[in-house]
Amino acid sequence: MARIIVVTSGKGGVGKTTTSAAVAMGLAKKGHKTAVIDFDVGLRNLDLLIGCERRVVYDFVNVINGEASLNQALIRDKRCNQLYILPASQTRDKDALTKEGVGKIIGELSKEFKYIICDSPAGIEKGANLAMYYADDAFVVTNPEVSSVRDSDRMLGILASKSRRAEHNMEPIREYLLLSRYSPDRVKLGEMLSVEDVQEILSLHLLGVIPESKSVLNASNSGVPVILDEKSNAGQAYADLVARYLGEDRPLRFVDLEKKGILGKLFRSRA
Amino acid sequence: MSADTQPANYHHPALEFKSSSLTVPVLVLFSNDLTLISTQLDEKLKQAPEFFKNSPILVDLKFLTAKQLNLEFVAFIKAARDKALIPIGIRGGSPEQTRQAHELGLAVFSTHNTETNISAVKQEKLPAKPDQAEDADTFPATQLISHPIRSGQRIYAKGDLIVLAQVSAGAEIMAEGNIHVYGTLRGRALAGIQGNNDSRIFCKNLQAELVSIAGIYKISEDLDESVRNKPVQIFLEDQALIINGI
Repeated sequence: MARIIVVTSGKGGVGKTTTSAAVAMGLAKKGHKTAVIDFDVGLRNLDLLIGCERRVVYDFVNVINGEASLNQALIRDKRCNQLYILPASQTRDKDALTKEGVGKIIGELSKEFKYIICDSPAGIEKGANLAMYYADDAFVVTNPEVSSVRDSDRMLGILASKSRRAEHNMEPIREYLLLSRYSPDRVKLGEMLSVEDVQEILSLHLLGVIPESKSVLNASNSGVPVILDEKSNAGQAYADLVARYLGEDRPLRFVDLEKKGILGKLFRSRA
Repeated sequence: MSADTQPANYHHPALEFKSSSLTVPVLVLFSNDLTLISTQLDEKLKQAPEFFKNSPILVDLKFLTAKQLNLEFVAFIKAARDKALIPIGIRGGSPEQTRQAHELGLAVFSTHNTETNISAVKQEKLPAKPDQAEDADTFPATQLISHPIRSGQRIYAKGDLIVLAQVSAGAEIMAEGNIHVYGTLRGRALAGIQGNNDSRIFCKNLQAELVSIAGIYKISEDLDESVRNKPVQIFLEDQALIINGI
């Protein structure tokens, strides 16, 4: 039985798609057959971040409408053969999605795949609701600033009440906090909320902290999930995160200020 | 009610009068400048729009009458209604304002706070039913919630409400009885929502957006520094909200 993970946040631009691409690649590289679905109908980005935008023939909405089979729409990643992407439609909008259609596709994918990652759009409307409806686990991506924290809190409320598990009184969705774009310098200056602050406000299990990193932009420009950039802090943080999700115990890195030696102070660069 | 006063067709009653006590916000006017009133009223309403939307209000004209300040009464009532307030009556008005109130379909209330005069008079006319016990005979069970209450969620408890976790900003918890939050209260808490003045709110850490008991409320801005981020109990004393550390 597949494990369905929704990557959601409420707030836009916090790192959901970056996370979906990185985590999907991370799980696939560990040998688990993983499918990642882009639920942002009309504003698709997942295919860009994974680097398969030139191979999109059929999309999610085509499959829901029966215009193509799931196999025709799924795109296999060239770097890792356990990773498959189901891109969103760019020409339609979220009204093309239906609960039954989504359920059917997830059901079909569950037969073959170990993990199904649903990359949610921002907001709390239909796209976001359908992305989280069938989830078993939720990665709530939050930036360490007040509006993102409030929106994540709102999304947690929706996960607890409007998901299929909530409606059928099943065991609730397992919620994980993912703090992204974290900058220890700014936390020290008091400009940014700390890990403890965010946990206090949200009271949620912390799965990982992803530091602010220039490599994220480079990764999306080149269509390579950032987890494959092993030199970058963000890439390593995602690797830690995937390991923690799979049960490994890894300490949090990149949350404390780096101790810069003389050379570090002379050359201000950081990965 | 004795048998001889019962009407013959009592077996199928179409209606019934019940005595009840309600709490209604009173809008006390200190000025007869309609523009000024309108501006300041808008400011107050903006602070808690959902609370005031379609809220019944009682207009207190005592001050204006004492100072003999003439108010354009009809225009004022229209302005209040335009702001989605529902004036249900006035008190302390001049004889002319009393007449205008009746014409506008507003009740005129006594200026005595306890209002025993009015209710005593009305009691004679209503078919009082002493054997009809209060609905609170069957005491409603306490609602217990042990997970955090998230932003956007609303909880309504018929009796007491106990929350064993935090209440996030943007969440609303309401109870007809008392409210206990054994965690941080960041959202809105409204106790005694059907008019129970004896309800109290208890919380481990006060950071609430709004607290209210039987309709008497305070917003975050009006909470004193000395009670913030501390365990407190909130209750009514002489229609004033008291917040004490515990």
